[in-house]
Amino acid sequence: MTSRLIYMDHGATTPLREEALEAMMPFLKGQYGNPSSLHAPGREVRNAVEEAREKTARALSAQPEEIYFTAGGTEANNLALRGAAKIRNGSGHIITSSVEHHAVLDVCKDLEKEGYEVTYVPVDQYGKVNPETLKNAIKDDTFLISVMAANNEIGTMQPVQEIGRLARENNILFHTDAVQVVGQLPVDVQEMNVDFLSLSAHKFNGPKGIGALYMRRGIKIAPLYQGGGQERKLRPGTENVPGIIGLGRALELATEEIPGKKKHLESLRDRLIKGLLGIGDVILNGHPDERLPGNVNVSFKYIEGESVLLSLDMEGIAASSGSACSSGSLEPSHVLSAIGLEHSEAHGSVRFSLGRGNTEADVETVLEKAPPIVERLRNMSPTYHRSQ
Amino acid sequence: MYNDKIVEHFNNPRNVGELKDADAVGDAGSFKCGDTMKLYLKLKDGRIDDIKFQTFGCAAAIASSSMLTELVKGKTLDEALQVTNQDVADELGGLPPLKMHCSNLAADALHNAIANYREGKQAG
Repeated sequence: MTSRLIYMDHGATTPLREEALEAMMPFLKGQYGNPSSLHAPGREVRNAVEEAREKTARALSAQPEEIYFTAGGTEANNLALRGAAKIRNGSGHIITSSVEHHAVLDVCKDLEKEGYEVTYVPVDQYGKVNPETLKNAIKDDTFLISVMAANNEIGTMQPVQEIGRLARENNILFHTDAVQVVGQLPVDVQEMNVDFLSLSAHKFNGPKGIGALYMRRGIKIAPLYQGGGQERKLRPGTENVPGIIGLGRALELATEEIPGKKKHLESLRDRLIKGLLGIGDVILNGHPDERLPGNVNVSFKYIEGESVLLSLDMEGIAASSGSACSSGSLEPSHVLSAIGLEHSEAHGSVRFSLGRGNTEADVETVLEKAPPIVERLRNMSPTYHRSQ
Repeated sequence: MYNDKIVEHFNNPRNVGELKDADAVGDAGSFKCGDTMKLYLKLKDGRIDDIKFQTFGCAAAIASSSMLTELVKGKTLDEALQVTNQDVADELGGLPPLKMHCSNLAADALHNAIANYREGKQAG
């Protein structure tokens, strides 16, 4: 009997890695100086912050002065979208996709209320945006396109490079929410043709409460609040120094590890998908190949996702679901609806997101524990009986 | 988020299944979240002699279904109709606020089954 937790919810968050914690510790203890101070303790901390900025820039093939630290992915998304809109004083057109994270989608909805026009381009059955559809949505006053690099729920990768080219040809700013991709796959802001890119440290074994926005040099946006002028006046407020140091260290290491980790996770992912589909009446959500290395999202037909999660949890397996019952909103996930799943299928969705630390044995344990759980719940289900 | 009693009913639900020779069958569905429930009653001398349920839903829906069957087994139809959604939730030691609608499913299915029976509809 094993009592080890099998954590397969890395899409939600990841554990802080030891090296990042070690790098942070001095700044939680003795090195308390304010990086804006002129004195020695302040200067020391300033140097460390700038070193972390360089590491972050290097991981993205960007310049240090193009990195702005924020409180996380949500704030980076808000800063890019609202900041780009704000200098336009309430008019203009934005294009985004129907499967964005709420930190983009709900910002767009809010901007609509402020007078901006927003087009939400649909996706195909795999959750992919067609660049041609996006091209047709461009208007004379389109000033911003925001499409995520990969979807947080179903793992589908978007044709970011192509969309970026399209944006550039049309002189439109392009933002990508790359929270699920940074630290998992190589990211090069030049190749991707992006003007803004959001990232979050706790998705790559860094600390929570810290993220960054990459903004291409020469672009002007408005800050969302006023203060002491930190982060080149774009994000004022005394820096979250330990967070920034932890982000820099975690990203440096995650980037180095990408080749090996990608291969490892892809092999675990494919084994898990194959095994789960083998249960029968199970649908794979998202793209079969063009998906995040660690993302597995399936719908178990005739049963409800939260029931599956609770049962898995009792076996020491941590996963997540896009079902209405687990969302807290009574609505199934907008992503699963956007790819055309029936309500009952979306209801039975479960996401296993693999990450650093997961092993083949973990996958085998899940494949051993899941079938009896699914069978037990199906035997209780009125829809399962009818379909037999 | 769930108390031990709910988890216990979810893990060991009472009266799961269907009754082939049921005297009354009822169902209920939540348009809100998509949960559905089917309830089967077998009557004897005006009382609920046997009861079974099938539920497609979350742990709260399954535990509520299970609790309802325990609460009404052995009762007359009129007595059973007195059992409310709140009773089901209370007997479970309380449901999280967002899950209250899940308990509605159970009492609704019961009311539907009794109404069907009284309208003289045949089971099945």
